[in-house]
Amino acid sequence: MPARSKAIIINERDNVATAIGPLKAGSWVNLATQGRQEKIKILSTIPMGHKFALKDIGKGEDVIKYGEPIGKTTAPIARGEHVHVHNVVSHRGRKEGA
Amino acid sequence: MEFQGYRRPNGKVGVRNYVLVIPSVVCSQGAAEAISRNLKGVVYLPNVFGCAQVGADREQTKRTLVGFGTNPNVFSVLIVGNGCENLPAKELAEAIAPSGKRVEYIEIQEVGGTKKTIARGKKIVKEMLAEAATVKREPIPVSELILGTECGGSDYTSGLASNPALGAASDLLVEAGGTVILSETTELIGAEHLLARRARTPEIGQKVLDLIAWWEKEAIATGQDIRGANPAPGNIAGGITTIEEKSLGCIYKGGTTTLEEVINYAFPPTKKGLVLMDTPGHDIDQLTGMMAGGAQIAVFTTGRGTPTGSPIAPVIKITGNALTARKMKDNIDLDVSGILKGKETVKEAGRRIFEEIISVASGKLTKAEKLGQRDFCIFKIGLNF
Repeated sequence: MPARSKAIIINERDNVATAIGPLKAGSWVNLATQGRQEKIKILSTIPMGHKFALKDIGKGEDVIKYGEPIGKTTAPIARGEHVHVHNVVSHRGRKEGA
Repeated sequence: MEFQGYRRPNGKVGVRNYVLVIPSVVCSQGAAEAISRNLKGVVYLPNVFGCAQVGADREQTKRTLVGFGTNPNVFSVLIVGNGCENLPAKELAEAIAPSGKRVEYIEIQEVGGTKKTIARGKKIVKEMLAEAATVKREPIPVSELILGTECGGSDYTSGLASNPALGAASDLLVEAGGTVILSETTELIGAEHLLARRARTPEIGQKVLDLIAWWEKEAIATGQDIRGANPAPGNIAGGITTIEEKSLGCIYKGGTTTLEEVINYAFPPTKKGLVLMDTPGHDIDQLTGMMAGGAQIAVFTTGRGTPTGSPIAPVIKITGNALTARKMKDNIDLDVSGILKGKETVKEAGRRIFEEIISVASGKLTKAEKLGQRDFCIFKIGLNF
């Protein structure tokens, strides 16, 4: 992992990255992880440790981190947008449709 | 590879040499605390149960208290009862005795009040302390270690740094012939398929899936969303969105080796290597379960910081969050935040954790031990009647 990257992609199947410091809306992030080169414009304020989308994700699609689904989106998420509890729900531990 | 430990009469090995005072019931907790007070080397369990319990719930409380008594970190045991509880002191003493260590019991009603109980109890534990002082550490193979793994106060650094690093240390211990306990079943939800795939047999794999299905069903049956409790609010503030995300980060702790067995709460592992103990995600419930199952030492990873320690065992605290390492310096034993800065690899950090486990097992005190942090909480599975 490059020493100065501002975000981390853990698995090549992931459609989100994790910010390892706070990111400002409008800033650009260079990602070079596991052979993948990305230059992404950050659309929202991303607190340290939070996630942003690496590509546009449609409503109801899986969010992938660690190479595995961590939940599904409740709204379309644009590349560079904050991905968290406001637009993602768990698949698990809850009633269907809740 | 070896560490310096205490070989017990039954062949088991301790990394500490405590005299333990167990109140068989909440009513005798005050006396038990007073007996242990100001006596270095004597600890007591803040047990709040032990009466009006039935069936599996009573059995689990008994098994947990007995497990602490038989844990090889304990040299000898004094049980303090009140006298009318439905988990009698004598019953606990008889269950601990086969471990070969000295076990005594006294009851407040029989002795005649609290003051006399404290005086008699102090006399007994002072004798036990003198006996404990005669045993010496000796070289012991690392394969005798049972390591409890745990994460709490997780944030994004847990899944990216401290848990993978602990996983690398877990692999080193398993490679050396030791045992690693992975627990907190609720925090495997969403990652169970990955663990089941690593099971020694299809039956063990199925057991993992069945356990997680049970917990998930229980959560749903409450009519609640499990997210109210897990991820916790602090996890969410730290960037963890769902239980699956937390679980996927959590499961790294157990490393990459084969899952050898699945055991119930507070039962001892019967296999070496990686085992899964069925516990809640509640930090102290699970730590207590692993110690009752015979773990002599634990490594606890944290993102946001936690003070947790055990009455009878060292708990090594690790964080991958540089801010937490600075802010909670008096609680954190090892800082692995270099992983996220590209200054240290996961493997290098894992090696450092493994070496710390050997040092602490040989007598080096953890921060939680220096602070006298002695958390104890039995996973209660039934009503008090």
